[in-house]
Amino acid sequence: MPATAPPTSDTDWDGVRLHIVTGKGGTGKTTVAAALALALAAGGRRTLLCEVENRQGIAQLFDVPPLPYEERKIAVAPDGGDVFALAIEPKAALLEYLELFYRLGRAGRMLERLGAVDFATTIAPGVRDVLLTGKVYEAARRRGKAGPVYDAIVLDAPPTGRITQFLNVNEEVVGLAKVGPVRNQAGSIMSLLRSPQTVVHLVTVLEEMPVQETQDGAHQLRGAGLPVGGVVVNMVRDPVLPQRVLAAAARGRLDRDLVLAGLEAAGLGGRGRAAAGNGGTRLATLVDGLVAEAGEHAVRVALETTQRKELAALDRPTYELPALPGGIDLGSLYDLAELLREQGMA
Amino acid sequence: MAATARRSRPLDVDALLDDPTTRVVVCCGSGGVGKTTTAAALGLRAAERGRRVVVLTIDPARRLAQSMGLVELDNAPRPVKGVDTTAGGALDAMMLDMKRTFDEVIEAHATPEKAQQILANPFYQALSSSFAGTQEYMAMEKLGQLRTRSDAAKAAGRDDEAWDLVVVDTPPSRSALDFLDAPQRLGSFLDGRFIRILTAPAKAGSRAYLKVVSVAVGTAGNVLTKILGAGFLGDVQTFVSALDTMFGGFRERADRTYQLLQADGTAFVVVAAPEPDALREASYFVERLGSERMPLAGLVLNRVHVAIAEDLSSERAAAAAEDLDEIGGHVLTAGLLRVHADRMRRRDRDRALAVRFTSAHPSVPVVEVPARAEDVHDLEGLRAIGEDLAKG
Repeated sequence: MPATAPPTSDTDWDGVRLHIVTGKGGTGKTTVAAALALALAAGGRRTLLCEVENRQGIAQLFDVPPLPYEERKIAVAPDGGDVFALAIEPKAALLEYLELFYRLGRAGRMLERLGAVDFATTIAPGVRDVLLTGKVYEAARRRGKAGPVYDAIVLDAPPTGRITQFLNVNEEVVGLAKVGPVRNQAGSIMSLLRSPQTVVHLVTVLEEMPVQETQDGAHQLRGAGLPVGGVVVNMVRDPVLPQRVLAAAARGRLDRDLVLAGLEAAGLGGRGRAAAGNGGTRLATLVDGLVAEAGEHAVRVALETTQRKELAALDRPTYELPALPGGIDLGSLYDLAELLREQGMA
Repeated sequence: MAATARRSRPLDVDALLDDPTTRVVVCCGSGGVGKTTTAAALGLRAAERGRRVVVLTIDPARRLAQSMGLVELDNAPRPVKGVDTTAGGALDAMMLDMKRTFDEVIEAHATPEKAQQILANPFYQALSSSFAGTQEYMAMEKLGQLRTRSDAAKAAGRDDEAWDLVVVDTPPSRSALDFLDAPQRLGSFLDGRFIRILTAPAKAGSRAYLKVVSVAVGTAGNVLTKILGAGFLGDVQTFVSALDTMFGGFRERADRTYQLLQADGTAFVVVAAPEPDALREASYFVERLGSERMPLAGLVLNRVHVAIAEDLSSERAAAAAEDLDEIGGHVLTAGLLRVHADRMRRRDRDRALAVRFTSAHPSVPVVEVPARAEDVHDLEGLRAIGEDLAKG
């Protein structure tokens, strides 16, 4: 293992300030986004983790009460950095936007009472997406006395199937708002998204459908001129069996006698019970079961190998995170963050 | 065995599918749990058991779609090849094209001239292709159409053109509840106060009120115009008033959709994977169906990890593998024991999650479908899933 690199250099994404994380449902994109935000905060830096789907996934992951529309510190990185979190909600974003640009105050609340805010945020997803990405844009650009307020922003974005449409705000708004601030705003957001400061990372697992969606997603992002970042392969299982054994297992040619001898050596032959007569059959059943399980395991490993090749064809930096059989808790998020740093993602 | 005591009531899928009064089966659940595959497997099984079935899928994975012969997305049911029809059944399948379905609704209800005007409206284009809820709404619209078409064929004596069972897959929404709420949301949005005021200020009532409202709307309108640009509100106004004269209210349509879901002969099958999030969604959905008096058939717990050598616990297997490492020379057995220990851990975790669901909802029938190494992409695979579903 190499020594831990200093956090501000030698990563694959130097110069990137906005990390957008997408993935098919069920691949763990929120977990990866959170781990990345922690990893990027390491070494006394400050990151903002945003969600936009009204799902409170961040709060659940960090085991804190639901997040309001307000930046809150939710975690401290191992050597002193801070992770802030924000759940972006379109209505609140619109009211904030009106306040900022039009100093509406009471009129803003009246608009809400009349249903105008609902109207504007639901009428066209394009407008809603501009408001959501607009808030991310604002946070990314915000500056304090000593430079940018956040060193990096991680966006837990909509799933792979919808990501290009979500980010391609310009395209979405063009037919609806032909001129005016929303249109202009969309233009500014687009130029940040297409700049070298932004990347879109794709989270997947080694199964057919998620890998297929990752390929489709990468293709669509490129088509829209949006920067494809890394591929994070999540929930990877450690290789348990050597290649030679896998090959034999796949062809149903494992040496049953050898397995049996091993079980007996391990004391699973069932000394007392074996003597009772049906111990032999019981042991034979166990051998059958283990051999059958190994066969199925080999099929899965072969499938995963195929999927790895498919992903390699995308020719993007690829990171792997292990499957955590016990589920994700706060402690394991730190472990995942460390793994991402070791692999150069942060 | 201890396991039987805490086991839920089994879901009898064959009884559900064979019952001639079952006319609609709705498969719902959160995204990524295998709803489409479940819907297709249920449809195939029902057809091969003698029913005339149409499966309405929303967004099938490419290879699953190919397995049912769904190569083109033309928004109409097509016969599925390779189905065993000896029991007298048949299987058709279709993929929903939501924009096309919305266009058809417009075309069916407006004069050609007016329809043209609506279809060209930019607001309509945004709404019909991307409003969060259009897909759900159009799935229901399509379900209604399939039912109507079937009833008409039957009435005309053309029984071979009628379906007696519609199996519906629901859109891949983030939350299972979106499906129930979307038609209402779209309906009330289009029928919303602000749109009413914008499009028909004269309806607002007394003159004094009108004046206040006009000022407010004026301000609101001005602000929206400033933000979104001139022309935007104009487009909205044209669109909504055009729709308004056609339908006499979207809300009414949404209500009718809702009634269809509550009708006798509709059965909901909630699909979940053994993951905390998916099961939490399934719980919400089960509770919601109960409070809306919608008929729940049961829960399909998909992709459950099972083990073959079930008598050997993960702990014992892992310990034995370690012992072998120490003894040395039994690499093969140690490896196999580790594969088994891993599998048992997954099995135990899935079981614990299933038990948690069952203790919260003891009356909900459940069927578990074992996880497979490979995705399903042919009728044979769907048939195998159908078998697992029927094992209850």
